[in-house]
Amino acid sequence: MSLQRYSALLGLCIVGSAVIIAILAPYITPQDPFLQNLDGRMLPPFWFDDSVPSHPLGTDQLGRDYLSRMIYGARISLLIGTLVVICSGLIGSTLGVLGGYFGGRIDTVVMFLITCRLAIPLILVALTVVAFVGSSLTVVILTLGLLLWERFAVVARTTTMQVRNLDYVAAADAAGASIRHILLREILPNIAHHLVVVATLEMALAILLEAALSFLGLGVPSPLPSWGLMISEAKDYMYFSPWVIMIPGVALFVLVLGINLLGDGLRDWLGARRDV
Amino acid sequence: MVNFIIRRLLLAGLVLITVLTLSFTLTRLSGDVAISMAGPGASPEDVETIRAAYGLNRPLPVQFLAWVADAASGDLGRSYLYHAPVADLIKARLPITLCLGVTGLSIALLVALPLGIVAAMHEGSILDRAIMLIAVIGQAMPSFWLGLTLVILFGLRLQWLPLSGVETWQGYILPGVVLAFSAIPALMRLTRSGMVDALASDYIRTARAKGLSLARIVLRHALRNAAMPVVAIAAVQLGFMLGGSIVIEAVFSLNGVGYLAWESIAKNDFPVVQSVVLFLAVIYIALTVLADIMNGLLDPRLRIA
Repeated sequence: MSLQRYSALLGLCIVGSAVIIAILAPYITPQDPFLQNLDGRMLPPFWFDDSVPSHPLGTDQLGRDYLSRMIYGARISLLIGTLVVICSGLIGSTLGVLGGYFGGRIDTVVMFLITCRLAIPLILVALTVVAFVGSSLTVVILTLGLLLWERFAVVARTTTMQVRNLDYVAAADAAGASIRHILLREILPNIAHHLVVVATLEMALAILLEAALSFLGLGVPSPLPSWGLMISEAKDYMYFSPWVIMIPGVALFVLVLGINLLGDGLRDWLGARRDV
Repeated sequence: MVNFIIRRLLLAGLVLITVLTLSFTLTRLSGDVAISMAGPGASPEDVETIRAAYGLNRPLPVQFLAWVADAASGDLGRSYLYHAPVADLIKARLPITLCLGVTGLSIALLVALPLGIVAAMHEGSILDRAIMLIAVIGQAMPSFWLGLTLVILFGLRLQWLPLSGVETWQGYILPGVVLAFSAIPALMRLTRSGMVDALASDYIRTARAKGLSLARIVLRHALRNAAMPVVAIAAVQLGFMLGGSIVIEAVFSLNGVGYLAWESIAKNDFPVVQSVVLFLAVIYIALTVLADIMNGLLDPRLRIA
């Protein structure tokens, strides 16, 4: 088996276990992730001598069980990643397919929207929206979903242009198929594999962005156990107990790495464009 | 060529107007700012006075046009928080953000160019795979967490570099490295694919046949052709980096434009927020226009687009 297969398999394992952990979160968490215990604050994780068996990853500054919060954090990251990708994927693919298929004026408008989106400073505008509208899971998801569509649009547009002139599209057109049928039944299935690869990249990006927004205090609101928020809340203690930021940070890194490796594997397997 | 430049500038102007409208609308999402400025104990008359003083009682389109007209003449309004002109606030903090951006981009190019070239020269080998693994790792690294980790390692444990601030030039090293991480994957991939194409082309075969040294072939012939898209992307990346420096400035407590924006967002100081959005958008648009025109000058085939 080649190195690429191994890395894709590794990615699949990481993402697969994260999904299982997130789904089973209520059944496998040892404790309530919101339960505070002020007598047991900042307990160290299992690799320290003075750790407590009931808290394998220790406790945070409010005495909440770190392992339970980490497990629920996987849920939040994956939920945000999935919903953002669905939202941005719908917007971007629609725009890209329309621009790529019709060309002309419509394509000019689509290209213009993509250029505008790229000129918007992403993090700054996301922070502003969350700050001014109010921070909640829904607001974070919608904000990122409305901002992260441009790569979907670019790829959908280029690949639609390539498929548009192929024989089966001309055949459907000659057979009198409606434009709706051509776009949804002929074009979309034949560019879907490119979009799946973009979806993995964007999902990884959305998870990193949510963590950054939450770290800056303008993402998922406290006391929800977002990994980015956990790092932000624990950073005053990081000089004496570095593990409080190491555990969520490593988890974030591993999950995003897994999604990217899976995406690279899918790209090779589905024969998608290398440059998407 | 002149036509190409004019068309490109017109498009840039349209994009700018759209982004301006958006940033203006965004900052009005929070509702009536006069009430929050007046404070909890204010009477309706006080609120009305504040509204009149800041021109907030005019219709929104009028406020927008007035803001655009002022911004065009360099007046970005006054901060509600600092009671100072926004342009002065940005000007005072700009050197830190620019220094950080240029440091980050330089580090990124210093790492990405040699590694991309080496990977291309050994395409498909273990070395190539190992180098491309760096790109994958860089893409997955949460920048704020990398920043905190480096601070613990080099600032606290080894005590080689300061924990935060930029009183000395050493203060720029860690934030620069973290910022560079965000640009390295894209730059490295592009250098590699450009070099792979260049090394497979006819003129390289000719150069080899002439018996030129490998270093000369790679640096003088192949790199020159592979560098063009890298330069264009580097300009765009610099724009992204200036926008992304908000996270890094927050981690390292650097008092730059990003930090100013973060502070203003948290305190609802919207003249500052909309000006920073405008400012970053202008820089990004200018950099992309510059990159396009440069590419157009170097490669006449691109001018049709």
